[in-house]
Formats: sequence, C-alpha cells, structure tokens
Amino acid sequence: MAEITLSGLAHSYQASPAGAADYAIRQLDHVWEQGGAYALLGPSGCGKSTLLNIISGLLAPSEGEVRFDGVAVNDLPPEARNIAQVFQFPVVYDTMTVFDNLAFPLRNVKTPEAKVRERVAEVAEILELTDRLERKARNLSADDKQKVSMGRGLVRDNVSAILFDEPLTVIDPQLKWKLRRKLKEIHRRFAVTMIYVTHDQLEASTFADKIAVMYDGQIVQFGTPRELFERPNHTFVGYFIGSPGMNFIEVHARDGEVVSGAFPLVLDAATARGVAQVCQDSSNVKLGIRPEFVEVCTEAGADSMTAQVLQVQDLGTYAIVHLGLGEISLKARIDEGKPMPGHEAHVRFPAQHLGLYVDEFRREDRR
Amino acid sequence: MNKVRNNRAWWLVLPMLALVAFSAIVPLMTVVNYSVQDVFDANTRFFTGTEWFVKMLNDPALQAALARQFAFSLTILAIEVPLGVGIALLMPKRGIRASLVLILVTLPLLIPWNVVGSIWQIFTRGDIGLMGWSLRELGYPYNLTSSPVDAWVTIVIMDVWHWTPLVALLCYSGLQAIPEAYYQAARIDRASRWAVFRYIQLPKLTNVLVIGVLLRFMHSFMIYAEPFVLTGGGPGSSTTFLSQSLAIMATAQFDVGPSAAFSLIYFLIILLVCWVFYTAIMQMQKDRQSGGPHE
Repeated sequence: MAEITLSGLAHSYQASPAGAADYAIRQLDHVWEQGGAYALLGPSGCGKSTLLNIISGLLAPSEGEVRFDGVAVNDLPPEARNIAQVFQFPVVYDTMTVFDNLAFPLRNVKTPEAKVRERVAEVAEILELTDRLERKARNLSADDKQKVSMGRGLVRDNVSAILFDEPLTVIDPQLKWKLRRKLKEIHRRFAVTMIYVTHDQLEASTFADKIAVMYDGQIVQFGTPRELFERPNHTFVGYFIGSPGMNFIEVHARDGEVVSGAFPLVLDAATARGVAQVCQDSSNVKLGIRPEFVEVCTEAGADSMTAQVLQVQDLGTYAIVHLGLGEISLKARIDEGKPMPGHEAHVRFPAQHLGLYVDEFRREDRR
Repeated sequence: MNKVRNNRAWWLVLPMLALVAFSAIVPLMTVVNYSVQDVFDANTRFFTGTEWFVKMLNDPALQAALARQFAFSLTILAIEVPLGVGIALLMPKRGIRASLVLILVTLPLLIPWNVVGSIWQIFTRGDIGLMGWSLRELGYPYNLTSSPVDAWVTIVIMDVWHWTPLVALLCYSGLQAIPEAYYQAARIDRASRWAVFRYIQLPKLTNVLVIGVLLRFMHSFMIYAEPFVLTGGGPGSSTTFLSQSLAIMATAQFDVGPSAAFSLIYFLIILLVCWVFYTAIMQMQKDRQSGGPHE
C-alpha cells in the first residue's frame, strides 16, 4: 500500500541520448494515489511498458526519481519494492503445479504454510482455478496460464501496488470481460493501488477510475473517462479516445474572421475572439469538436455552414457522416431516427463543445 | 479413400536404400560374417556359431574393461554435466564479452583427439611438463606410468577439459532461448537465485541436457585415442578401455573372429544404453504432458 510519486522522470534506452527523440519517457511528473484503480492508456511504443518497468524497478530510469510514500526507491530492486506485476504474456513455472505457482511469491519470503494455503485458496477461488490447483502449469490453456500469472500478482496481500501490463491480450473476449470485472472486484475488496496498462480505451474506461493517457513519452492527460471524452487536454487524446476520434480544424485569424485554409468558419463571438487572440502568438491553432457534438441540420440556419456529404457509414444505432467543409474533412455522428442529410448538410458547432488547441494543448481560458 | 494400386513409387526409395546399405548394412554384415567363423587364412575358415560370443562375454579381461568403461563414462558424466551447466550460467549473455568467452570456452572442442592426448602427455611429463613438474615440485610423487590413480585422475581431467565445453555450449544455447519475461517475473515474485535456477533455468534446459548426456555418453564410451596416446592403457591395464581392448585384439593379435563378435557386443551395449535412456526421457516427458487436455 503506497502512494507512488514520479518526479522529473526520464528514460532513454541509449547510453548517451542526443535529443528528445532518443527518450522513451520525457520529463514526467505524476502521482498515483494510494488505493486508486488507474489505467495507463496509449498507443504501442508510447512508453507505457517502460514506465511500468520503472515503477516496478525492472528498469532504472535515466533521470528523475520514483518515490513510494515519499521515500525514493530508485536504488531498490523489484524484490525490495514489494510490488506485483503481471506481464502481457503468461509466465508460469512449467514444472510446478498451479498451487505451487500461486504459492511461489509467498514461499519465497518464507510465509507460514497455513497462510499460504489460505491465500492461494482465496485467489484460486476468485480466478476460478480451484479445480485445477493440482495440475501441472505447463498443461494449462493460454487463458488459464494467464490467470495463474495474474494470480501470482494477487496472492500477496500487502503489496505497494499491482501493475498490469496489458494482461488480457491473450485472453479470449468473453473471459476478458469477466476477468476485468474480477479485477475491479479485487480492487474494491483490498483497496490496493492498481495500474493497468492498455491500448484499448474501452478496457481502460471499464477498469479504471482515472486514466492517464500517454503519448510520445509523456502523460498528456490524467482524468476520468468522462473528462477525457469531454475535455481532451491534447489533440492526441481527442484522436485516441472516442470512436471515431475528435475533429480538429486548423484555423487562422484573417481580417476579423476565423478561416480554415480559405474557408470562413461561422463561430460564436467568444470563440472567434479567443482564436484571434492566440493566433498572435502561435501558428498552430486548432479547433476541436467531437463527431457526437457536430450539429447536422437539413435546413440552413443563421449560424450554420454548408457542407458536402461525402460518405455515410451506417453502424446500426447511429451513422457516421463524412462531410466536406471547404477543404476541411469532418465527421459527424447522427443517431438513429434523426433526419439524414442528402447531398448537402448544414452544420453548426455549439460553443460549449468546441475546444481551442494551441500547439496541440487545450487552451481553457478563452472566454 | 481409394487405395492406389500403382506401387512404382517404391523405386524412389532405392537410392536411399543403396546409401544405407553402403554406409551401414554392408560393413555391419561383414562383421557379423566374421563373428561366426574362425578364420585361419584366406582359404581356411570354420563356422563356429555363437562360440566367439560366449568366449568374449566370459573373458575376464574384457569384463574388467567393460566395468572400467562404465566407471569412466559415469564419472565424466557426473562431472561434465553439472560443470557444463555451471559454466553456461556464468557466461555473459550478450555483447563482445559473450563472443570472446564463447570462443575461449569452445577452443578445446576444436582440437583433434590424438592431439589432445599428445598435449596432455607433454603437459603431465615429470621433467618438462608444467603439470607433472609442478606436482612433483609441490611434493606429490606424480607418476602416470606407475600409479593407476594418477593415470585415472589425469584421463578424467583430460576428458573434462576436452568435452565440458560441449555441454556448456548446449546449455548456453538453451539458456539464451529463455525469454527475459521469465527472469522479470521471478524478480517480481522475489525468487532467490537458486529458485530461478531450479524452477526456470533447469526445466528449460532439460531438452538440451538430454542431448548433451546422450552425446557425451556415446563419445566417452568409445574413447580411444586420448588414453592410448597418454597412458597406452596402463599402468597394467588400469586405463585400458573397451575400444582399446578391441583394437589390440583386432590389429595386434589379428583375432578377427573374436574381435568381430566383441564389436557386435560393444555396438549392442551402446545401442541398448541409448535406447533405455531415450525411452526413459520420453516417458518422463509424456508423464509431464499427461493430465491436461491442452497441448
């Protein structure tokens, strides 16, 4: 049980990193509070696993400090950090039975055998391995092997944290759902800090109370699934969360108007002012709006823009409409039963759902 | 499915059959031929049946050589296998140092058998050999030609020096094949160094060790050139192993019949031991596999 603080953390796999590109993790500050269920979400190669290995101590960071409850643990090996970690692919000790596998982490620290039996029985019960306890681990299916792998992480009851590195990759979808619920249950029961690495937003949002989105070696946003959806802090979060991702429109201020390329956008006054203001300092200004929030009407209104309908993807309960707004391509989501535009649509960007992004980061104080 | 009546495809087996006949069956049958006859000269021979076999099996000198042979093979296996595993564990895993150590370790494997014998013959000489001279200077009356213990120990050390690298090399490749995740999981599970060896490395080494033990057993059971050069089988016949007894009989005494019978017995022993060993291992693996519906 511990609060895990990462301070000024950076890591490079090269001996003498030359530039920012050589770093797998760049200048990262973050606090994982004790008892939270967290997800670390990001695309492959963004540094998620690296970060996890640094927390567990399998990897020593090039720079910065890892603190457990305020005490620096940089110099402690994993075995001394009292941390559990479950890997992407099942690791079982082939020659041992399932019981011995689960008991292994306890027996390694000379836990009394009665206690071992009690803990193993409990974990086996949760993971539904009770009827296989006497089997050799090598004969298990991939699913069961991964359950054993997870079980070894869960069997220790006083760990600082349990780290999961995409643990459900090899598990079939139905069981995946079930195991994820079990993990949540375990989290509620033992109140141990859990950090769950994944590249699947659905997995992250069903498991975690708070999600850290990682991109290019940095945590670009840390928040609830709802916050990530409604107020993405970085254009990447917008792209990555939601399906389809957020629309981003590159904009400039010109003669009191907001334009994208040559196309003049119809916006509310506050947003237009905000754009004009930030355009003085930066040439990388974007407006972001989720496809769910783009209003599509069949008839023109005072503040609407005329768009071409390029393609309609019908997904059953809703449709994704691909629109051409001048040079801009835009996606909008239209729920079942709403009127479907023909060749032309009239779109409107509601002010409360429009985000202003300067140099890829969200600017909140635009009004 | 309809059975195909055309059996001409069998002709395709012919080249392989010819090859096997030439490489194995014909030479072997020559030996079988000699083993059941008493040959006096090119034109005079008598059929003797199993007489040579009975005689060979009851020959006390050969029985002693056989016992020595087993003692030798088991001794070097007991030393070389653990030592090879140990060396493999100590070898660096990657980088330039790994390559260097690999070359150094495998160097003895590249030396021909009789050269190894010569090297050690010189090495152990009391007057100019480093080992022989040093031992004598240290006060130990080391003498290959008069002390059976010295001769035995020297031959065992020589074999260990020559062939442990093979076991080490096999184990090294086996260790390299273990994914890093196993070691990481073990560290997370707070496993001791011994537990890592016992539950991760050793199980993953089983397959290469089976090959290693088989190879080393067969090799050592046929050992000839090294002791022949080093001790000539002496003192007395204390280091005369099977193949040397056979060579003396066949080439020096020219007892073709008994030698042939003896060769066959020798061949069958090796075959038998390998078969028993192989079957035992396969049975062990099957036992471990059973009890589960998967894999």
